Amino acid sequence: MSETSVLDELPGDLMIWVLIVSELLVFGAGLAAFLSVRASDPVGFGAAQDALYRTGAGINTVVLVSSGALAAWALRLRDGAQRGAARLALVVAALLGVVFLAIKGFEYAGKAADGIGWDTHPFFTFYYLLTGFHAAHVVAGVIVLLLVAWKDAPRNIEAGAAFWHMVDLVWVILFPVLYLLR
Amino acid sequence: MKYQTQKIALAYFSVALALFLIQILGGVLAGVIYVLPNFLSEVLPFNIVRMLHTNSLVVWLLLGFFGAAYFLIPEESEQEIYSTKLAYLQLIILVVGTLGVVLTYVFNLFEGNWLLGKEGREFLEQPKWVKMGIVVAALIFLFNVTMTVLKGRKTAISTILLVGLWALALLFLFAFYNPSNLALDKQYWWYVIHLWVEGVWELIMASILAYLMLKLTGVDREVVEKWLYVIVATALFSGILGTGHHYYWIGTPGYWQWIGSIFSTLEIVPFFAMMSFAFVMVWKGHRDHPNKAALLWSLGCATLAFFGAGVWGFLHTLHGVNYYSHGTQITAAHGHLAFYGAYVCLNLAIFSYAMPILRNRDPYNQVLNMASFWLMSGGMVFMTFTLTFAGTIQTHMQRVIGDYYMDVQDQIAVFYWMRLGSGVVVFLGLLLFLYAIFVPRKEVISTDATVAAE
Repeated sequence: MSETSVLDELPGDLMIWVLIVSELLVFGAGLAAFLSVRASDPVGFGAAQDALYRTGAGINTVVLVSSGALAAWALRLRDGAQRGAARLALVVAALLGVVFLAIKGFEYAGKAADGIGWDTHPFFTFYYLLTGFHAAHVVAGVIVLLLVAWKDAPRNIEAGAAFWHMVDLVWVILFPVLYLLR
Repeated sequence: MKYQTQKIALAYFSVALALFLIQILGGVLAGVIYVLPNFLSEVLPFNIVRMLHTNSLVVWLLLGFFGAAYFLIPEESEQEIYSTKLAYLQLIILVVGTLGVVLTYVFNLFEGNWLLGKEGREFLEQPKWVKMGIVVAALIFLFNVTMTVLKGRKTAISTILLVGLWALALLFLFAFYNPSNLALDKQYWWYVIHLWVEGVWELIMASILAYLMLKLTGVDREVVEKWLYVIVATALFSGILGTGHHYYWIGTPGYWQWIGSIFSTLEIVPFFAMMSFAFVMVWKGHRDHPNKAALLWSLGCATLAFFGAGVWGFLHTLHGVNYYSHGTQITAAHGHLAFYGAYVCLNLAIFSYAMPILRNRDPYNQVLNMASFWLMSGGMVFMTFTLTFAGTIQTHMQRVIGDYYMDVQDQIAVFYWMRLGSGVVVFLGLLLFLYAIFVPRKEVISTDATVAAE
């Protein structure tokens, strides 16, 4: 039974795509739940949202998307047999991930200083769940990027970059929905 | 039988089936008590009967898994089992422990004794000495099969089976931790109960199912393994945080309501994948295996697991629904079909496949075995529906309108009678299965009778 299937055309390993689809389902379900609970109390959610630090999150968007571009670029460099440059790009991408986490950390610390916790308002339950979950994936992504910088077979870099783009993508959707949507 | 030590499985399967018989007798008895509440109330109270029903289930399923491992690991690793003696010693420990539990509970021996007395924590009721025995038996088992696999060929099936069995044993250690804070007690309790049936047991299920598909359909190992990895990945991805669906109302923080709802909803995915896997393999397969009964049980397992664990699980897993349905007969409906579909059918599939091989004969009594599948499965599905209807009415009367518990129970008595009837059908199906497995006759359903079972 060696017929080729459409799955074989996927870039990278099948398993990384199983993971990516699972993650997108989880974050998608989380956002859908957020939006439906928000619909029951738009004023309260709007007021809660005003407590967020939008500028920091905006900067973080730029940081994370740049990091994603570097990871993609790393794969191109590796395919062009520039191993050293590819590794450097991956390490810098990982460092930008750390920058994202640092800014996120300031944001959480600010919330804590204002006396805002996960049970202050339903908005914050979702805020902490979704951004906290995402931040955990950034931590995992930084580790993955460093791993594939070390074991730098093109196939590995491809899988690492695919995971990192998923982390990017989730943030690019979380950011407007949580921070900006009025 | 290619390897002599596969024979160990015969003892495990036989003891498992004996316990299965006890489990179903307990179930029928509990069903009688539901409709005639004073039946045997002095001799064998309901709580003891229920404990026997659930614990003998868990023990016989585990014995089936162990037996399945002893049966398939020699073939997968192309290696005799490391030690036959240890395997039988393990079985003896487990049987002594099981008898110990039964005697301790039925006669309430050593009440209050730290080591010898009953513990009364649902599903983990075993006295501490039995728990210790289970750990020793598990260590013996893991040592035995791990040594076998390490010496021989490593396949995805045996690796995932081993990972599942190791995790099963490690998670059982939480059974020893019983904090006096009730919320914490429950939190750790689910580390055993949930992470078993909705975590590592799924690994065991997927690997045994994969082995059966490999043998029965003749599809390439490479294809089977790809499916196996996807199933296992989605099972762990959804199942681990899916534990949150038990944390809605036990005093844990409110964010568990969302974590539990979202992840446990995804628990349907691995069950759907297992069902698709089984059917796709049969469609793609080019082998016309004579053991049709094993194939029927395998397909039935994947299908009923999808409905029992997947669909009926999702039915009441969202916290907004569970707020009303928690602990009603809806839970009982789900519990019965999930355990039956996922783990009972799985064991009966591997028994049906392995028993003729272990007894060195062709797969006789196929028609009776298949009839027993339809009887047992029909009975269980009927039971699931009656309990679902009972639970729906109960949820509405008790949780929405606010009627008293016992008044509601009176109103749904008719469903309990029907449940008893379906339980009797399951019992008859089981008798038929035992007959078909143990009593040899001459008849094989096969288009080509010269093809011997492997």
